[in-house]
Amino acid sequence: MSRAAEAKLPVVRPLDRRSARRRAAWRRRGQVLAFMSPWLLGFTIFFGYPLVMTAYYSFTHYDLLSSPKWIGLANYRYLFSGDPIIRTAISNTLWIIAVAVPLNAIFAFGVAVMLSRARRGIGFFRTVFYLPALVPPVAATLGFVYLLNPATGPVNNLLRHLGLPDPLWFDSPTWAKPSLVLLGLWGIGNLMIIFLAAVIDVPKHLYESAELDGAGGWQSMRWVTLPTISPVILFAIVIGVIEGLQYFTQAYVASTIAAGSAASATEGANSLGYPLYSTMFYPVLLYQQGFRYFNMGYASAMAMLLLVVAFAVTVIIVRNSRRWVHYQGPAVR
Amino acid sequence: MRRVAIAGLVLLVLSASVIAGCGGSSESSSGSADLTFWTGFTDRELGVMKDVVADFEKTHPDIHVKVVGGISDDKIVAAIRGGNAPDVAHSFDAGAYTGAYCSNGAWIDLADYMKQDGLSDDVFPEVPREYSQFEGTRCALPMLADVYGLYYNKDLLAKAGLDGPPQTMSQLMDYAKKLTVRKPDGSLEVVGLDPFDGFYENIAAHWAPQWGVDWVDESGKSNLAAQPGWASMLEWQKELIDWYGYDNLVRWQASAGDEFSAQNAFERGKLAMNLDGEWRVAFIGSEHPELNFGTAPLPVDDAQPDLYGSGYTSGSIIGIPKTSGHKDEAWQLLKYLATDTGALVKMTNGIRNVPTTTAALESPDVKPDEAFNIFLDIFANPNTRTTPITLVGSANQDLVDAFVTKYQAGKVDDLQAGLADLDKQIDAQLEAAGGAQVP
Repeated sequence: MSRAAEAKLPVVRPLDRRSARRRAAWRRRGQVLAFMSPWLLGFTIFFGYPLVMTAYYSFTHYDLLSSPKWIGLANYRYLFSGDPIIRTAISNTLWIIAVAVPLNAIFAFGVAVMLSRARRGIGFFRTVFYLPALVPPVAATLGFVYLLNPATGPVNNLLRHLGLPDPLWFDSPTWAKPSLVLLGLWGIGNLMIIFLAAVIDVPKHLYESAELDGAGGWQSMRWVTLPTISPVILFAIVIGVIEGLQYFTQAYVASTIAAGSAASATEGANSLGYPLYSTMFYPVLLYQQGFRYFNMGYASAMAMLLLVVAFAVTVIIVRNSRRWVHYQGPAVR
Repeated sequence: MRRVAIAGLVLLVLSASVIAGCGGSSESSSGSADLTFWTGFTDRELGVMKDVVADFEKTHPDIHVKVVGGISDDKIVAAIRGGNAPDVAHSFDAGAYTGAYCSNGAWIDLADYMKQDGLSDDVFPEVPREYSQFEGTRCALPMLADVYGLYYNKDLLAKAGLDGPPQTMSQLMDYAKKLTVRKPDGSLEVVGLDPFDGFYENIAAHWAPQWGVDWVDESGKSNLAAQPGWASMLEWQKELIDWYGYDNLVRWQASAGDEFSAQNAFERGKLAMNLDGEWRVAFIGSEHPELNFGTAPLPVDDAQPDLYGSGYTSGSIIGIPKTSGHKDEAWQLLKYLATDTGALVKMTNGIRNVPTTTAALESPDVKPDEAFNIFLDIFANPNTRTTPITLVGSANQDLVDAFVTKYQAGKVDDLQAGLADLDKQIDAQLEAAGGAQVP
């Protein structure tokens, strides 16, 4: 609309003004949408579409090669009452969450506290403790399987020299999961850096007043440090639980390599979950069903259940956290 | 404003075309073609395949073939799904994948091509003829078979005062114990024979024919508990494992070396006898020519001595994925690889796998070799068996092997009840895959 056109209209009726405003609002919205479009497209193509299709496939028999066949709730029935391995897979997953999440958090926090008190060489130690986080998970797992090889690994050689018992590690149903936990503890770098930033960030005046009130080391840790960094603890727990629910790469690599079947004709027979299903986690079973047996419909049903559980667990943790997580500074809620 | 809208539109169109491009495949159908051939072979064996394909190109100057090695079935399936599969694909495991490829047209039905060229499937011996089709649909041709037998280290046998290969399971047990060498601390230095399920080629399917047992009954139901052979097989394996000590054996295996490497425990003399496929003859020849070894049929159940000479066989299949843009030319290559006597003989002599046409099996050009010929005899034995082709691929075998592993570890209290339960699990699985059920 040109200025000349505007000048010709001596009186602007309210209706016109409103519609002009509305048009401007639409234009603004269009602009916002256009700027958001790369993200919107990405979200729709790489997240929305797969999610909708996964939900659809979960009601079908789909072998990837022929078109999906609608079978209603049959996948879910098999999931809850037919699959002979699913219980083992679920309990293994719960085990890794229950053990690894708290251990990782405690270990990362412990390292962070020590680093925050180091007087010298903090840069050096920070790097040393962070470095493992940079190693790709597959490479790290291969390294651990080699280190923990029951016959030829350096760890067992050392243990034997010291006259200590030498476990079968990744080859033992009892030790396979603890070995994976060790691997996780080694790669704690990311979490450690976040804890370190939080610990350093605790205001000094809180410690000073706690000291004036007669608090000792443990008490100031309990009543000053922990409450102040509680949002980071919450973060560690939520991320840890979600990662635990999706635990795959390390278990896949460790079991396949330890079973010695990476290149053999028996691949698949015994390697996933080796030994004795002790590393058969929920996502590993999902992979086996989807990509080894081509039961993509069933694998989709498993994925939907995983999504629902992950969502529910996160909501529960976050709700519950209001009782123990303290946010500093101006309230954001 | 308009410019922004146009930019958005361009972005949309661009990304749409990128997505469309991902799924596209080039189609053309003239006399000349560039084919892609995916095979599972690697290294030395891949070299032999390339040689054979080069011979094909000489007689078919219009067709050029790109051979890609080291391909697994996961990759073939993913590629068919993604529309970028090769023109000819090769799968090592007919037992696990023929059902998957033939039941739904993933590999095209070859019946018309065979009729057109007057090719009958009688050119293949019975076992490969069967494992390359599924419920009457021939979507694949056999190309080389694998046969399993016993490898033994002649020097180690002589040192232990043993003469010739064992023929019954009780002899095998006896040999295995006599050939085992322990270190002073009780750990294992040399193992006589390792029957641990999952170790190298040890899976239930490869041992089962020596007890004369079947997988299913006439109605197609899983039939493990009702045949006493299954229980005796497992008990035999467990007795030997317990004699070594389960933990000792696992520890020894961790140092045994990769199966397909020069570190292989049998090739290094750390394993005196081993169940293995016919291909090992060529591997030993190239990796450890100094090894003084012999081959024999696997020993059999003491109660069924007539079975001696038989074994397990399964094979490779080749087919044309439905997404191929050059199906006619692909058929030419397929036919050449599967039925040309010269091609099969060349592969057999190079890779030392068993040829899968009667003509090639009888060809005088197959290089004689004492150790390899044993496998040709096992292949020809009427009692030699394979595993039934199912819709669930090897999922039923995986359940059996998982059970065997559990039993070998001493985690099954009642073997007979365990086998009966296993039957039920497998039936549920097969029924679900066949019907409109899951999975």
